[in-house]
Amino acid sequence: MTDKLQPMWNTFRDAFRPLVEAVRDLTPIIVVILFFQEIVLEQPIPNLGELLAGLLFVLVGLALFIRGLEIGLFPLGEAMAHAFAKKGSVFWLLLFAFLLGFSTTVAEPALIAVAGKAAEVAAQGGVIEHGEMAMADYAFNLRMVVALSVGSAIVLGVLRIIFGWPLHLCIMAGYILAVVITYFAPEEIIGIAYDSGGVTTSTITVPLVTALGVGLATSIRGRNPVLDGFGLIAFASLLPMIFVMLYGIITA
Amino acid sequence: MNMSDLFVDTMLSTLHDVLPIVVVLLGFQLLVLRQPIPHLWSVIRGFVYVLLGLALFLMGLKEAIFPLGKMMAMQLTDPHFLYGAAATIPEIIRWQDYAWVYIFAFAIGMATTLAEPALIAVGIKAQQVSGGAISALGLRIAVSLGVAVGVSIGCFRIVTGTDLWLYVMAAYVVVIIQTRFAPRMIIPLAYDSGGVTTSTITVPLLAALGLGLASTIPGRSPLIDGFGLIAFASVFPIMSVMGYAQLSQKIGKSQQIKEADNAL
Repeated sequence: MTDKLQPMWNTFRDAFRPLVEAVRDLTPIIVVILFFQEIVLEQPIPNLGELLAGLLFVLVGLALFIRGLEIGLFPLGEAMAHAFAKKGSVFWLLLFAFLLGFSTTVAEPALIAVAGKAAEVAAQGGVIEHGEMAMADYAFNLRMVVALSVGSAIVLGVLRIIFGWPLHLCIMAGYILAVVITYFAPEEIIGIAYDSGGVTTSTITVPLVTALGVGLATSIRGRNPVLDGFGLIAFASLLPMIFVMLYGIITA
Repeated sequence: MNMSDLFVDTMLSTLHDVLPIVVVLLGFQLLVLRQPIPHLWSVIRGFVYVLLGLALFLMGLKEAIFPLGKMMAMQLTDPHFLYGAAATIPEIIRWQDYAWVYIFAFAIGMATTLAEPALIAVGIKAQQVSGGAISALGLRIAVSLGVAVGVSIGCFRIVTGTDLWLYVMAAYVVVIIQTRFAPRMIIPLAYDSGGVTTSTITVPLLAALGLGLASTIPGRSPLIDGFGLIAFASVFPIMSVMGYAQLSQKIGKSQQIKEADNAL
């Protein structure tokens, strides 16, 4: 009988494990909100019903998302990385890396929001005209610059995995470059540039890019998945900073 | 907006996010690699889960957590709360007056990062690939602590009005020094965790906090000073993850020594 029950129990456990973990992951947020609302601000929670319903959505959503990663996104990302490594064509691999970075960034809502804000700053600082057209243009160009930079970052990261360059040297060179450019960049663009590194990596890009890196490092001989597989996201948060400041210098 | 409208709306915008990725993946799989997708059925199911899960997650955040979090950020930075009912902001602002803001920034930075889906994903992968040498939960706690410390220092910066680039450069110097001494295995992961932290939950809440601070303190520009908190949340986790590895290496070493002593 246990032979029959065991697989059923396993399926059941696999289906509910993400849910249990989601409860654990969300508890701190609830505690923080309750503590500050009740004890520090001394105010009642408004719309308690809505809050509870919203939390339930967040909970189920997080659990589904993680389960989906494990059975869908991760295996596909790694399978494709293996297939590219077997095919041995660096050109197609790099094109794939670029498109993956570019296409996921160009439509990223957080980036659209930041680009809009940046256009306001630029108009206030007198860098561009105060018209709608000029601001929309500026925001669009900025988005393109960031998307290009993320695409290039993934390409650079993949090249690093192929050739086995040490990551910390690449990143430090990037930091030094960023510091030097900061010195020349117009002041209004600096905050936005520094932030644009953080907003570019979305919730779906990160798992996919991680799976790609780890998959590549596993299938290329002489590469260690822990040492070489990670680091793609580091490039994706460094390069936009540099590109956006360069854009600021060019337009100023 | 009622619930079902909101759901359809969020679902569509999530689809809009996922679609370019699906197009790139499918295009390369079918046209370049020309291979059938392994476990096709489970991959499709995975994508549906991811899509549905992300939509529900975002909808719940928009509905419940963001409005409350933003309201709290505004209330905590409100002069009424800080200086009592008289509500005049003194000429010289003492940074100590904003103690609750730093504590809130720390707590909300920590709590939201722990629930960040992208970080959970990287944690799972790191544990898998390292054969358990790096624990997923340990990594996530280290990153969350980094975000928490970074964001409270970021708030301190807005209150005192010091230059952003000074902090960022000081942080870079620490990162470079740490890189020299940290275990090699952790370095790529530490650098990655800087970019992972700020995706879905953390950014909107931090933006509200920064904006609240910058718009109530005289002499700060919401547009210039409101930005920059995210930069803090991306640099500090690099330090905390390397620190975590250095610490666990030290503890591991002293344990080994103890065991060796006991064996003798």
